[in-house]
Amino acid sequence: MILTLAFRNLFHDRIRLAVTLVGILFSIVLVAVQLGLYLGSSRMITAMIDRANGELWITTYGAKSFEDGGMLLTQAERHQALATPGVKAVIPLVVRFQEWRKPSGGSTRVVVVGADQEDGGLAPWALVEGTWQDIKAPDAIAVDRSYLDELDISGIGSTAQIGLGRVRVRAMTDGIRSFTRSPYVFTPLSRARKLIGADSTRTTFFLVQLNPNANAETVRTELRNRLGSAEVLTKQEFHDRSLVQWLFRTGAGVALIGGELLGILVGTVIVAQTLYSSTKDHLNEFATLRALGSSSGYIHKVILAQAGLSAVVGYLLGMLISLGVLLLSKSSPLPLVMTPGLAAALFALTVGMCAISAVSAIIKVTKIDPATVFSR
Amino acid sequence: MTQKPILSAKNIKKELGKGAGRVLALRGVDMTLNPGELTLLMGPSGSGKTTLLSILGCILAPTKGTIKIAGQETGGLNPEDLAELRRAHIGYIFQSYNLFPTLNALENVRIALDVIGQKGYPAAQRAEEVLHDVGLGHRLKNFPSNLSGGEQQRVAVARAIASSPEIVLADEPTAALDSENGHAVMALLAKIAKEQKRSVLAVTHDPRTLGYADRVVRIEDGQIIGEERRPDGLDAPEIADLTKRRKANG
Repeated sequence: MILTLAFRNLFHDRIRLAVTLVGILFSIVLVAVQLGLYLGSSRMITAMIDRANGELWITTYGAKSFEDGGMLLTQAERHQALATPGVKAVIPLVVRFQEWRKPSGGSTRVVVVGADQEDGGLAPWALVEGTWQDIKAPDAIAVDRSYLDELDISGIGSTAQIGLGRVRVRAMTDGIRSFTRSPYVFTPLSRARKLIGADSTRTTFFLVQLNPNANAETVRTELRNRLGSAEVLTKQEFHDRSLVQWLFRTGAGVALIGGELLGILVGTVIVAQTLYSSTKDHLNEFATLRALGSSSGYIHKVILAQAGLSAVVGYLLGMLISLGVLLLSKSSPLPLVMTPGLAAALFALTVGMCAISAVSAIIKVTKIDPATVFSR
Repeated sequence: MTQKPILSAKNIKKELGKGAGRVLALRGVDMTLNPGELTLLMGPSGSGKTTLLSILGCILAPTKGTIKIAGQETGGLNPEDLAELRRAHIGYIFQSYNLFPTLNALENVRIALDVIGQKGYPAAQRAEEVLHDVGLGHRLKNFPSNLSGGEQQRVAVARAIASSPEIVLADEPTAALDSENGHAVMALLAKIAKEQKRSVLAVTHDPRTLGYADRVVRIEDGQIIGEERRPDGLDAPEIADLTKRRKANG
């Protein structure tokens, strides 16, 4: 009967219910979009680090992210690293912003990612056209198909210029997007160095692979002792550092989190206001329940059930709209991400938000005097 | 009467308001309610009838005095304990029926059972049974807005007796009803008292109700000024007869 009464109280006034649902829905969509953007951004920022096959990263001192490595590491550091006990392989990676000259004029910036497939360190993981073998061909590069317009090219076979070198698109990826909005261009190590005009001994990062029984922390300490001018980070550390750099130092993440908080606040206030006014409207019924001998807990359950029902209906509608927005964002430069975990978290958040909203109504009903049933 | 009272109140005093507006609504009232009796509490407006009913029903706390319900003293009990006492022993009928507008007749009765922890099919069956008893077996799914005043009050009666409380307290049960419905509801209350051995106390200033009473207690200015037993109160066959006549009249 608690659910029946809650349901009827809620659906009795359809306009008020619509206002409540719009409030929850608005809140859910706002929070889902903001969290989806946050998650999408996070994945974009750390995709290269997460996909790289190595336990430790050797970076130049103070490298803040994958795109911020410079070209300061040399073969000397590589040899020192290779000589460290527990190290199986030290794979050079070249990463640098460079100018892309568009075929029809003008230019944009790209991030050149140089790596050799045979090293087993980092490779474009979502190739939809062409292969690594194709990328090894003279002047060959791989780009993501979502950036074709921005790069002013049509697809496989298109040519352009990066820095001082001509390049030809021989392979294409799908879904490898860049948070910096500068497209990634994959090419073998030596060509990457040529394209950015770097010395053949210079490298941005060394990706360190460990022997099966090696202790990562011990190897890292040893590497730190040997490489005085470089930093040695675990994969997780570099991942976290990149997130902090792009999401928090640039303020992008703060804006997203601010949006989420705003969504939660708006939703909570709207639901609280509606539940409060609904409770006020049904105060005589709650007083009657009290006079009939109901415990205060029974009445609280009715209010919480109203909040819960609002949460479930609002969540389902909100998620429907959010999934629509998600689909629309698929081809955008910053696609939203929705995972089962995020959907579950959003549901928990909605229920929590509605439960908090019920507090004002519960306080109101707690003060109810059953004697008011005689004054009607 | 040799029966042990189900409710006894001694020297009940109640002050209402504060400061200069303070009023002594009850000035030392004694009262007992016995099983199988329909007692009318009569008096003019402002005499303290409803205040006394609220106190006897554990909704208001007396300023002074003691109340014993089914052997348990109510003094010192917290609101939750008092609610439990109401759940266990008391059924209420209100002047304005106080039905839940969003629930149908059956659900209005079921919720009173739900409150005392009776749920599911047995509760639904019991609710249906009492609604049949009050002559509303054909109106189970009707919402209060589709019921007449008399029917609404009978739903309220069914709700009050569904959990088989020893005490039924009614506040002006006929005040909002026409003569025919007023008689029907009073006949029903008298029947409940007689046949189910409940203590029914009805607060009223409606003289039409006198014929149904076993006992009439008169109150004025917060004091009991008289009490009379009515040996000529209707007995069960007469009540049944009256109910039949009412049904025949449509």
